[in-house]
Amino acid sequence: MKFTIVLYAAPYSSQASLSALRFAQAALAQGHKIVRVFFFYDGVHNTSAFSVPAQDEYDLVQAWNALILVHEIDAVSCVSSALKRGVLDAREAVRYERSGSNLLESAVLSGLGQLVDASLISDRVVSFGA
Amino acid sequence: MTSNASGRKNLTFISRRSPYGSGYAKACLDMVLSAAVFDQHVTLVFMDDGVLQLQPNQQAGDIHAKDLSAALAALPLYDVDNVYADRDSLTRRGMFSDQLAIEVRLCDADKIAEIIRQSDVVFTL
Repeated sequence: MKFTIVLYAAPYSSQASLSALRFAQAALAQGHKIVRVFFFYDGVHNTSAFSVPAQDEYDLVQAWNALILVHEIDAVSCVSSALKRGVLDAREAVRYERSGSNLLESAVLSGLGQLVDASLISDRVVSFGA
Repeated sequence: MTSNASGRKNLTFISRRSPYGSGYAKACLDMVLSAAVFDQHVTLVFMDDGVLQLQPNQQAGDIHAKDLSAALAALPLYDVDNVYADRDSLTRRGMFSDQLAIEVRLCDADKIAEIIRQSDVVFTL
């Protein structure tokens, strides 16, 4: 089955990020396909490579990064949600004259159309954190 | 799948949050408009605190927010004509269906269940 995953919640503020990650891992382990992970609203914080958890805490952002890279998942962080929350790629950092960029290497910034598009070609859309 | 004959999907959005105080209502509306741009069969349902988005004469500028009801007025321009408000949610909040910011159809829990059954994808925010 083809899944789209939408994550609305930031890491560590709630259980949602880990739940979404575990769902994605379980779906892939059972042979399902993940069409796209769409990070929306506060969920864009999951794509901030500047997240530094305490040493004895699970590194959610890097766990997402590893999952996305290993399984070559299409991962999109909503650009309008991301910019206002301070998640920028190098291009946006230059455009808005900010001192650095922090978008996770495995994710791209794009619009809500990417969520709609993924929904249209998926069998299921599963939302976390709303 | 319940896609209709035209090949479009039925995308339903259930908006359950008040217009300000959090960004969820705005986020939901953004999703609705995006789906409409993709020429899909879009249904929007306001329920619970979501019906507060339908209050007329919102003074959002006072809290440096954008008036969400003004954006709602754009829905017909995007051909989003299936807009519902849960009657019970309106009643509980002392709101009247003839005094709303935009024109909506009234629905009850059974109707919402039917809408969900007929949907390919449901987003609840």
